[in-house]
Amino acid sequence: MSTKTASGGFKRERRRHDAMSVIFGILSVIYLIPVFLVAMNSFKSNASINLETFAFPAEGTFVGLDNYIKGLTFGNYPFLKSAGYSLLITVVSAALILLCTSMAAWYIARVGSALSKVVYYLCVFSMVVPFQMVMFTLARTADTLKLNTPYTIPIIYLGFGAGLAVFMFSGFIKSIPLEIEEAAAIDGCGPIRTYFSVVLPMLKPTMISVGVLEIMWVWNDYLLPYLVLDRKKYMTIPIHIQFLQGSYGSVDLGAIMALIMLSIIPVIIFYLTCQKHIIKGVAAGAVKG
Amino acid sequence: MKLFQKKRDATALNSPLIRRPIQKCFWLFLLPTFAAFCIGFLYPFCKGFFLSFCDFKTTKNWTWAGIQNYIAAFQDKSFGHAFWYTALFAVVSLVLINVIAFAIAYALTRGIKGSNLFRTVFFMPNLIGGIVLGYIWSMIFNGILIKYSTSVVLETKYGFWGLIILMCWQQIGYMMIIYIAGLQSVPEDMLEAARIDGANGWQTLWKVTIPNVMPSITICTFLTLTNSFKLYDQNLALTAGRPFIQQGGEVIKTTEMLALNIVNSFYASARSRGVGQAKAVIFFVLVAVLSILQLRSTKDKEVQQ
Amino acid sequence: MKKTLAILLAVVMAITLFTACGNDNNTPNNDTKTGSVYYLNFKPEADQAWQKLAETYTALTGVPVTVLTAASGTYDQTLTAEMDKDAAPTMFQVGNAGAVKTWGEYCYDLTNTDVMKEMTTDAFNLKNEAGETVSIGYCYEAFGIIVNKALLEKAGYTVADITNFETLKKVADDIHARSAELGFDAFSSAGLDGSSSWRFSGHLANMPLFYEFRDDGVTSQPATITGKYLENYKNIWDLYTTDSATTGAALVSATGDQSEAEFGEGKAVFYQNGSWEYAALTGEKFGMNADDLAMIPIYCGVEGEEQAGLCCGTENCWAVNKNASEEDIKATLDFMKWVVTSEEGTTMMAEQFGPIPFKSAKTPENVFFAQANDYTAKGNYVVTWAFNYTPAVDDWRAAVVDALTQYTTGNGDWAAVESAFVDGWAAQYAKENS
Repeated sequence: MSTKTASGGFKRERRRHDAMSVIFGILSVIYLIPVFLVAMNSFKSNASINLETFAFPAEGTFVGLDNYIKGLTFGNYPFLKSAGYSLLITVVSAALILLCTSMAAWYIARVGSALSKVVYYLCVFSMVVPFQMVMFTLARTADTLKLNTPYTIPIIYLGFGAGLAVFMFSGFIKSIPLEIEEAAAIDGCGPIRTYFSVVLPMLKPTMISVGVLEIMWVWNDYLLPYLVLDRKKYMTIPIHIQFLQGSYGSVDLGAIMALIMLSIIPVIIFYLTCQKHIIKGVAAGAVKG
Repeated sequence: MKLFQKKRDATALNSPLIRRPIQKCFWLFLLPTFAAFCIGFLYPFCKGFFLSFCDFKTTKNWTWAGIQNYIAAFQDKSFGHAFWYTALFAVVSLVLINVIAFAIAYALTRGIKGSNLFRTVFFMPNLIGGIVLGYIWSMIFNGILIKYSTSVVLETKYGFWGLIILMCWQQIGYMMIIYIAGLQSVPEDMLEAARIDGANGWQTLWKVTIPNVMPSITICTFLTLTNSFKLYDQNLALTAGRPFIQQGGEVIKTTEMLALNIVNSFYASARSRGVGQAKAVIFFVLVAVLSILQLRSTKDKEVQQ
Repeated sequence: MKKTLAILLAVVMAITLFTACGNDNNTPNNDTKTGSVYYLNFKPEADQAWQKLAETYTALTGVPVTVLTAASGTYDQTLTAEMDKDAAPTMFQVGNAGAVKTWGEYCYDLTNTDVMKEMTTDAFNLKNEAGETVSIGYCYEAFGIIVNKALLEKAGYTVADITNFETLKKVADDIHARSAELGFDAFSSAGLDGSSSWRFSGHLANMPLFYEFRDDGVTSQPATITGKYLENYKNIWDLYTTDSATTGAALVSATGDQSEAEFGEGKAVFYQNGSWEYAALTGEKFGMNADDLAMIPIYCGVEGEEQAGLCCGTENCWAVNKNASEEDIKATLDFMKWVVTSEEGTTMMAEQFGPIPFKSAKTPENVFFAQANDYTAKGNYVVTWAFNYTPAVDDWRAAVVDALTQYTTGNGDWAAVESAFVDGWAAQYAKENS
């Protein structure tokens, strides 16, 4: 792979790149099949979804937007309300997690006190605990503290999601050279100013990776809101979808597929619109070296 | 533990110029997260630990039971099986996901045409939740296996590899993003220097690139490891532990992982909640030890700035 | 900068706390005055009807009624979490022996309450060891083999031709053999997917259990079972999986909906299921004619089964939370009584749940219940729901389904099914009672 002559190597490299493009193109198509299957099946009748999963919608099995209409209108809780609460919870939780944990991570990384070490290790430990292990005690705690509304549940998400975020942020902060912050301090910046005008911009790439992870988690999370939220008043999309299953095993697969599509679309839009920033953010990370 | 900490914290401790002012702002920087952490994790966790020594129906209605729950947990053969199965799964998925994700990230940072598009595509599976993923994949696997008159719940190996494929598909995209971030932060001058020194592609990869992306590797291996240990939704939706082996009424669910085993024992009978909680504590201790070992071994290899 | 931030943070926290406390203060005030009802419903398909009924009741009496529905398959989990909350359900379901063991201590003794005095039978009620009535069966269900009479006649038979296992097998074998020519098969698919397998690990398994318990005079949960009628279970299972268009590995992922559709669309004559299917089969989706439908007992070759009736029983039993405030308990009991006596309540119950064992019950249009009554009127014995005694019911059933799956696809033998039944029962019982 070492190149003997510059031009020959360049050509060979380009040919190799083209070949790779083709390979990745094929891989991408294969990779998308499951998502595509959901999209395709959301337009098919229930019976044909299970019997002919891989078949294209055809006459007799194509039901148009029926599944979407069913999914949007079934039950007595409006789907859009669920979607609204999902959005609210996701946005607020992610914002809260990003802001609070990055600050905490800076503290932990820069203050080597016993306390910060203890908090750091507790956070790492919390990452290995499956939610099911604390679900009943957490639901009880949240209920006592009235953290059972979409407006207050982000505090639970901040608490339960802190581990991963703190871990990732502090890992990154430790790799940032101290000199920049020291310079800011010498210039008379207080810690808050230093954090917001010096540290935060440098954290951008990690912010994005953590943010994406947390948004995906909160948006798709089913069990936590199901147990914690006061469901008499509030639902989220994943909870809403569960109610398409009846107690005698009947499942409205078509409507489920439709609602899954509806719940994926906002995320795809979010990802596609932010993709530039994500890549820019990731590229900005390269500056630090 | 002290040993491997010293190295990392050395940089932080060296700058009182920064440390002291931050420390004064403890209430702003650390307190909100820590308070929420106590509510959202620490207290429920400690209460759970306490309940593992109790007989309980709901968390406020318990009677002390001593270590009886732990005895029952250790006597449960299915728990032991779930542990080894999960460990095997964790190792295989850890290796596969990280190798593939790294390879893709490496290839996609070489300036291949359409890189951005591919990144988007590989990242897509992250947008779908666990239960749904399980159902989609069981539809796919069964659709294929039915041609051979079998099914994913009929043989342990199908269930195992099925879940591996599912997890790879779901996680590779995210790990890839982290690796891309890591790869792009490899100093260009170091790569240049290696090239001038006449190092070939492999040598550059092993000697320059990998040591420099060690922080990414630490994060990714840790994430995949904990994800495997926490795996629940996908396991439930794909096989729910099937097929079973029965030995005189004792049922061993061959593809049941730890989280599923614990949850199943919560509802098994009127008295088994305490046992489930005891299993959860045992599980936690094991995984915590493993994660510390893993973090320690990769951290040691990280390049010091 | 520092100050602004601190103030901002303080404000956010204060708002959070205020909204939290605000919510907190409103509800209990109402509670103490009139009492309120909080019902944890476990049938997602009945959710809408309950919500509507609750609204009607609140409009009439001013008593707040909240209905919360557990998602399918998560009732246990939901109940555990909800019971732990400050505003715990005042009314919930306790439907079998296992549930009585877990939740019995939370149940208000319903003996001699007004709602219980409205009942026509004590047969569906569950009692604890002290003899207190912990829950009352508010509706009952019947299951058996649903028959498409029109197709059966096309094949040259009538329901009267089927009186026991032998005749059932003869008819089914013949239809299966001629399926290509007839355009339909004998049995709809006996799918082993989770959405369908309960029909066999739960309902069909009731047959061997019922006959065994009848012979041995079992009236409470037994520690062990002998499985002496398992040969009969095998008979009928083999019949389901032979005389059908779907056999072997295809059954593993066959769903309940698939089986329902095969029957509803006239591709199969027989379909094992229960009275709750009536609405789906005669509804818009399949539009079957009620006159074409019949339900016959599950025949499996037991001596004297010509005298069998349908399998009648229930897991739908209401319990009242003992730990709720006195006002709430009273409000809940009043609500329950209203549901089973008022015009609105009985209409809804008849539509959603079929016949209910209460004096003022309305007659539902569901033909399957008429049939269940016919059998009883003829003097046939009712096959009760013996499976309500199953220890650790989810685990036991899961093991049976797995063994059945292995057997049906040719990966395992029948001995494993027997072991799942007999050894599984003993093991689960021991675990539960250790």
